[in-house]
Amino acid sequence: MEIPISYEVLRVLWWGLLGVLLIGFAATDGFDFGVAGLLPFVAKTDSERRVAINTVGPTWEGNQVWFILGGGAIFAAWPMVYAVSFSGLYLAMFVLLAALILRPVGFKYRSKREDKRWRAMWDWALFTGGFVPALLFGVAVGNVLVGVPFRLDDNLRAFWEGSFFDLLNPFAILCGLLSVTMMGLHGAAWLSMKAEYGPVRDRARTLAPIFAITSIVLFAGGGLVMAYGPFGFAEVGRVDPSGPSNPLRTETVAAAGAWLSNYGAHPWMILAPVLGFGGAFAALAGLRLNSESITFIGSKLSTFGIISTAGLSMFPFILPSSIDANSSLTVWNSSSSQLTLFIMLITTAIFLPIILAYTAWAFKVMWGRVTTEDVTSGGDYY
Amino acid sequence: MIDMEVADLSRWQFALTAMYHFLFVPLTLGLAFMLAIMESVYVMTGRKVWRDMTKFWGALFGINFALGVSTGITMEFQFGMNWSYYSHYVGDVFGAPLAIEGLMAFFLEATLVGLFFFGWDRMSKQAHLAVTWFMAIGTNLSALWILIANGWMQNPVGSEFNPETMRMEVTDFMAVLFNPVAQAKFVHTVAAGYVTGALFVLAISAWFLLQRRYRGFAKRSMTVAAAFGLMGALSVVVLGDESGYALTHNQRMKLAALEAMWETHEAPAPLTLVGFPDVENQTTHFAVDVPWVLGLIATRSLDQEVQGILPLVAIAETRVENGILAFDALQRLRADETDIAARAQFEETKMDLGYALLLQRYMEDPREATPEQIRQAAFDTIPDVPVMFWSFRFMAGIGLYMILLFGVAFVLCTMRRHETRWFLWVALFSLPLPWVAAELGWLLAEYGRQPWIIEGMLPTFLGVSSLNATQIWMTIAGFTALYGALAVVEVMLMLHFIRKGPYADKGGDTASRPAHKPAIADDGMTPVPAE
Repeated sequence: MEIPISYEVLRVLWWGLLGVLLIGFAATDGFDFGVAGLLPFVAKTDSERRVAINTVGPTWEGNQVWFILGGGAIFAAWPMVYAVSFSGLYLAMFVLLAALILRPVGFKYRSKREDKRWRAMWDWALFTGGFVPALLFGVAVGNVLVGVPFRLDDNLRAFWEGSFFDLLNPFAILCGLLSVTMMGLHGAAWLSMKAEYGPVRDRARTLAPIFAITSIVLFAGGGLVMAYGPFGFAEVGRVDPSGPSNPLRTETVAAAGAWLSNYGAHPWMILAPVLGFGGAFAALAGLRLNSESITFIGSKLSTFGIISTAGLSMFPFILPSSIDANSSLTVWNSSSSQLTLFIMLITTAIFLPIILAYTAWAFKVMWGRVTTEDVTSGGDYY
Repeated sequence: MIDMEVADLSRWQFALTAMYHFLFVPLTLGLAFMLAIMESVYVMTGRKVWRDMTKFWGALFGINFALGVSTGITMEFQFGMNWSYYSHYVGDVFGAPLAIEGLMAFFLEATLVGLFFFGWDRMSKQAHLAVTWFMAIGTNLSALWILIANGWMQNPVGSEFNPETMRMEVTDFMAVLFNPVAQAKFVHTVAAGYVTGALFVLAISAWFLLQRRYRGFAKRSMTVAAAFGLMGALSVVVLGDESGYALTHNQRMKLAALEAMWETHEAPAPLTLVGFPDVENQTTHFAVDVPWVLGLIATRSLDQEVQGILPLVAIAETRVENGILAFDALQRLRADETDIAARAQFEETKMDLGYALLLQRYMEDPREATPEQIRQAAFDTIPDVPVMFWSFRFMAGIGLYMILLFGVAFVLCTMRRHETRWFLWVALFSLPLPWVAAELGWLLAEYGRQPWIIEGMLPTFLGVSSLNATQIWMTIAGFTALYGALAVVEVMLMLHFIRKGPYADKGGDTASRPAHKPAIADDGMTPVPAE
């Protein structure tokens, strides 16, 4: 079969789609993580907790699929990235999965029994399922920016050096905290819009500016470390963007400061960090102006900008190696075959708009503030 | 060389998490459609009891669904975690159906499941019914794509090895999609799910009727379960036979192993009902054979042979020898891509490359293998015969018993003799059987494929990640503890809900709302026959 789109273009499109999925995930499930992580701080009594939980109750499950689909899409479009990163981050992945496993059952089971200890236990599970993944996602991105310690042998089998605790380096922790504050802001903005006028909403609105300002500070700090820190990678020599997916055929070197060079070459990319900051400022302005939609949209844009900044800074790198630069995975050397990328693109072009349509409908059906009366009237609430 | 302890532990890890996940999947597959049927009756007749049924069974569906989702998250990511080389080697083919599952199916069911529970008072009856149907269709489409992925592991069509990227790549996506093994597995698996869902409803309804509680509710539920379960049970067996037929074309070793058929029998081969497979002496003691039956099932003819284990080992031996040539050509080709002779040799022998890789269990370079080692590698292609033999017999036995059980249930419901007490007891105690059969079925499919992770292409032990045993022990321990605790919680919660019955408040907040019992008015009504 003649494939009507070139390999190079398909690779760039799939790099972009990977970004779309991650941003879709952070912009939707992000507020679910935020709400769960904020649970102990914004809601004290049982009915307050149920109000907070039920603001995301009907929609978190669909939002979570962005994450599952992200996993599937990396597997299908970037199999080498899937293979190397998840096996290398083995124990971190286990902690992440364990936290994510607690979440669906936490939502579903918490309010099914009256027992106080039962509910307190699931509140802890929900908090863990919100806070831990938010932290780990950021830590993972931080490590990818620094470069992760793997090498490939000539059969392309990946070997990893370094332990779970090596992942917790200062820059990665900074990124982890940024991820927490970003999702915290998003969760607070959501609660402000979806919880009834009362203590839950008030507390969320008190916390939101703290998260917004911390996000701005951490994002700026991250940018400074990227500019002056000892990391960054560059490709050497001629790179064939349509070449076979085999990292050992390309040459890569470590080049400190290289993560900022894309902004010189492609000035439009500056938009990403601008959005990252601008969105957070807009969220602050929305709080001041008493406009919940500005706060929420600002928070979404900030998320979009921050994640795009990480992706664009590294382009064309996806997973650089800190111990064997030549093993680094890039857009040009670690994708699926041209045919698979093409088939997956067609499938995505058909189904993504359908997904967006019924997701929007689901949000519309469930629109409106959740009240104490709703959740205590029995019925179908969590 | 691959550490075989790591390979074994990785297999345990996968078996544990996958089989645990599949405790929840069949119930979701079956109950989803039963909910859609019950709600359809509610929308068509307007009778409230059908809405109560949808909500009560829906609540149990939700408890089960939550754990299905939780344990499914692990499934999506553990290929990369524990089977890193496998993920690299086949991601180009295997990743696509997993991603499409997310796009086409899981997104749909996960978005709609929220509306199913929360949307009762927020949309018209018809819109809610549509949500329920699409949710059910979504769950079943999920199964379709997962089984297309798994079917490819059993029968790797539409793809070939690319020496430039050192992996399998898609050559014909339609062949992957319409893989006959995947199609047979899909219908067999979802039908098994329908039986599971039906028996779940049947057994709990039986328990209500034994206690003489919620009789109108329970009789109607029982009728739906009987009809749906009979349909499912008949499909499972008929379509399982289709699986058997598909096996003769690609996994002859699996078929021979589950029959413990050591030598090729002249056509048509007999079916061994029971016996004791003896691996050491390569024979089956005290075999009770039914003439012709296996030949008929497997080949649908009277004159084609079903090959035995030992003749298949002989074929494997020549394939290992041929595979060594492929391996040699591959190494030469990688050293010099312009080597035309090497390329020609590789093209000619590449279908057997995987057989040479079996030797990497014993040595780095298969070209150094002695004739004894080649013979050993060929014998490695025999799966665990006694486990296959007995798993198949128990699975098939349960399948046949299900037809009988649902047949009787259907007759009783049609005669309006729902409260035949001996039968209610039988139905209640049959509850675990569909799960046993489903797990045995997966054991046959996956354990029976060994030593391959991709049949004939990649041996399982080569698929693992470069981890050490301690790391895998830690996650095995972690998953076991977490899953074990969740299993206890789930069963407790289900029992709690079943004990409370369909007319307790579903929010759990019983203190603020006294339980009202419309059940009393409903009790004793004549049951409606199956729609």
